[in-house]
Amino acid sequence: MPELPAGTVRRVVRAPDPVLVTPGSDVDPTDSATIELAADLLATQAVSPGCVGLAAQQVGAAARVFSVDVSGHAKTRTCHGTFVLCNAEVVSATRKERGREGCMSVPDFTGDVARARQLVVRGQLPLTGEWVEITTDGFEAVALQHEIDHTDGLLFLDRVSGPHGIHPRRSYL
Amino acid sequence: MTDQIIAVTVLGDDRPGIVADVTGALAGLHGNLEDSTMTLLRGHFAMVLLVRTGASAESVEAALHPLGADGSLVINARVLGDSTLSQIGGPSYALRVHGADRPGIVAAITDVVARHGANIVDLGTRLGDGLYVLMAELQLTNQASAVGLDAELQGVAGELGVEVHLSPIDDDLL
Repeated sequence: MPELPAGTVRRVVRAPDPVLVTPGSDVDPTDSATIELAADLLATQAVSPGCVGLAAQQVGAAARVFSVDVSGHAKTRTCHGTFVLCNAEVVSATRKERGREGCMSVPDFTGDVARARQLVVRGQLPLTGEWVEITTDGFEAVALQHEIDHTDGLLFLDRVSGPHGIHPRRSYL
Repeated sequence: MTDQIIAVTVLGDDRPGIVADVTGALAGLHGNLEDSTMTLLRGHFAMVLLVRTGASAESVEAALHPLGADGSLVINARVLGDSTLSQIGGPSYALRVHGADRPGIVAAITDVVARHGANIVDLGTRLGDGLYVLMAELQLTNQASAVGLDAELQGVAGELGVEVHLSPIDDDLL
């Protein structure tokens, strides 16, 4: 992951903000606006307690960019540290398991969602534009799918298993 | 009159269009739906919904009366007082029970749950051809109480001849 300039902390938007349901546009990872967005995602993620990932839509930009950092999380197995991906897509997703997930942009609810626990994702790094393929599992796999969904304009609410799969969230750290 | 929460229950013979009819009548009263749940219980329609409205419970029942006039649905409305969320705030656990049907399974299992101070926040049961299944979500007072609860549940399950599984539900905040 190339070193990015210092970013600015942005406000995290909440549903039903329309940007959260807007599919992101492809970005040029080497463009200064993309690099700035990537840096802002990292800065915002860093000051958000318990935040393991943040997508462009969550800071108000309908773009295919997100950050992830699951290091230190109790459920993490494979971990690629802190990184940003642009124009990411799922290459393969297997071993689905149901879990209950929440989101900073949907603070009132959690939802039961089946996500692959074995995942290969392809995307571009900001600044260099280098294409990388990430093979991961467990919690990092779940986080990547959640963030890629955001960049496609999808919330976990769109993936919930059924009418009894939405729950009131009790606390957010 | 200030807006109040009215609980509406609808029970009876299932057919397409009940939800649309009920909610359409409530929309006609300018009611705003809050939480609701609906399912089929052995083919019978069963719905509870909370509506915030300036109309009285009597007005809500009157508006819904035509839907049950043929005797196919029983519809009730009553005012609910303000309530705080009845959440203990401890960890969530999934409780799964299955085994040969017999009277008293739910009573025996939930008696254990109650005596351990755990709160049932969601529950469903189904009866198949001799097979009884119970699924519930519990909120425990604390993590440590799961051990004692599970031990006692296993004991009761043995007496009932059913299988009981208690497992934690973790929230992954992403």
